[in-house]
Amino acid sequence: MTATAPSTRSAPASAPLTGQLTSTPRVRGRLDYALVLGVLVLGAALPFFMTTSQMAIANRVLVFAIMGVGWNVMAGFGGMFSFGHAAYFGIGAYATAYSVVHLGLSPWVGLLAGMVLAAAAGVGISYLALRYKLTGAYYTMSTFAFAEALRLFVQGSEPLRRTVGFSIPVQQGSSFAGFQFPAGSPWYWWIGVVLLAICLLATIAFVHSRTGRFTLAVRDDDAAAAALGIDVLRHKLVAVALSAAITSVAGMFYVQYYMFVDPSIAFGAHTSNDAIITAVVGGTGTIWGPVVGAVIMAPLSDLVAGFLRNPPPALDWLAGQSGLDIIVYAVILILVVTLLPKGIVGTIAARRRKQ
Amino acid sequence: MTTTLPATDTSPPGARTTARLSEKSRVLLVTGGVLLVVAVVAGLRAGSGAVLTQALVTGVLTGGIYSLVAMGLTLIYGVLHIINFANGSLVALALYLTLVCVQDLGMHPYVALVVVMPAMFLLGALLQATLLNPVMKAPIQIQLLITIGLALAIENGLLLAFGPNPRSVALPGNTGVRVLGATVELSRIWAFVGALVIVALLALLLQRTRVGTEIRAVAANPEGARLVGIDIRWIYVLTFGLGAMAAGAAGVLVSPFTTIEPTTGAVFNLTAFVVVVLGGMGNVPGALVGGLVVGLTEQLAGLILPSQSPLLAVFVVFLVVLFVRPRGVFGRSA
Repeated sequence: MTATAPSTRSAPASAPLTGQLTSTPRVRGRLDYALVLGVLVLGAALPFFMTTSQMAIANRVLVFAIMGVGWNVMAGFGGMFSFGHAAYFGIGAYATAYSVVHLGLSPWVGLLAGMVLAAAAGVGISYLALRYKLTGAYYTMSTFAFAEALRLFVQGSEPLRRTVGFSIPVQQGSSFAGFQFPAGSPWYWWIGVVLLAICLLATIAFVHSRTGRFTLAVRDDDAAAAALGIDVLRHKLVAVALSAAITSVAGMFYVQYYMFVDPSIAFGAHTSNDAIITAVVGGTGTIWGPVVGAVIMAPLSDLVAGFLRNPPPALDWLAGQSGLDIIVYAVILILVVTLLPKGIVGTIAARRRKQ
Repeated sequence: MTTTLPATDTSPPGARTTARLSEKSRVLLVTGGVLLVVAVVAGLRAGSGAVLTQALVTGVLTGGIYSLVAMGLTLIYGVLHIINFANGSLVALALYLTLVCVQDLGMHPYVALVVVMPAMFLLGALLQATLLNPVMKAPIQIQLLITIGLALAIENGLLLAFGPNPRSVALPGNTGVRVLGATVELSRIWAFVGALVIVALLALLLQRTRVGTEIRAVAANPEGARLVGIDIRWIYVLTFGLGAMAAGAAGVLVSPFTTIEPTTGAVFNLTAFVVVVLGGMGNVPGALVGGLVVGLTEQLAGLILPSQSPLLAVFVVFLVVLFVRPRGVFGRSA
């Protein structure tokens, strides 16, 4: 069992999904595109119904969702279970911050640079990992180590301001080129929703493309795929590149919205965890799983904080303590993984197929 | 299914064994040679022999601790094929248990071993029995995610219970002593000795007792072990308990010279991963050598590149080893 990557042997979990994708591809594709349209419409309307503090939570949902969508391309569709997606998030964030602060460029240039850099880094490290046939636990460790090494490198690098990190300089007024608006402006949300929609469209198009189909085949059984003449390495690397590029978008959005980034935010293990947990709770290997996961997981810390402001008398001692939000987060993760290993969307899809 | 738990060391002598032994000693020689060169470079950079000796002694002493932390990880991987992401958090938990024993119960820090080790064993066994045993047949990422969840829960449980402020445990009579021209705290020497003793006890348990043989049998071939009447699930529970106990012992031993924070575990996790991969995952003696290599790398890199984090060098070594010898420097070649 150690001979192959974990996810390539996760056929029991992923096989029904592929069955579904191959059986009614057109209908599913159309439904997915329609749902993206729905996200855009809902996203356009949302700021008119929500308060500023609720919109702050909604923006965090976007960061989580884009990260989860990115991770899902590599792990869910590519079959490579990465524990170091903070690397790509961080590259996106630092490319943006460096472009804006040091080079005086638009964050949109930083976004493109970040996407290219993240994809290149992902392809580079994954090429090595796959070339040397790192599988299972070893592959997991290599992704984890890559993100940690990047964090340590940035922490020791003077041009990247070591542990201090970058603050985005505040401009006057609104600017689309500078992706900067007055605090609480709905434009952050609207632009973020469009970015998420683009990432989702890229994922949907990928899954329904010829390359995407081959990638799914490689995920499910790389030996069989290779026997059919599919270039296993190339298809895995395509999934990695797309995944890394999407994840870097989340990093750029994070920097522009919070206007600050430091090595531990960008490259810390908790960032990788957020990407994984969002997708896993929603459903790995489903298009909509990461979005559902983000809607559930991202607001948790605020919900818990709100609960702790007026705790019931029995839990009085919890007031003012931190840590409970992550404990809830961890418990949800463990429950979902144990009880619904396909995630929420995956489980619903499996139920509907059975009926 | 290529585990390198000690089982491989006791395989019958023959041509293959000698071939592997010579390969192992060759690898050891190369590693030693590289370390020697690095040490010379570091000595030249530092420009003083005293600084170099200090780094070498500190490196070896710290390395022993890393080995002990990694022991639990490698044991659990060797038998259960789970990377226990919660290993570092278990060390942090043990640190806080020691803190409670010393501050609230007035124990001597090392006496806390008597309390902390059994407590951690029970906790580990309980976690395996309740959370991990039901998903042992699931894909590996399911188990990984559960240990990540555990790590988050333990770390933040500690934050909730003890707050974020750093704490420390004082060891009575902890003075600096001179070892081979270097000055080290007594507590570090005791920790090193303690780590070696516990590693030796663990190796004895695995090699010389019936239950140890059963553990090695499950590591080598779970189905075969089941067929000869070994209760695999019980062995899993026992192994996770032993792994947690090793993490617990490490926590107690490092408590006098470690800043105790809820996030302390993360630091231990990183080095432990590197040690385990260097030594070959599931290879108990390998973890010992791996720990020393990591301890020395860290210290020497601090001399050669003073501006960078010493951990970065450790990680570069890690990535290189992963790619060049994915089964570990001291594991079987792939």
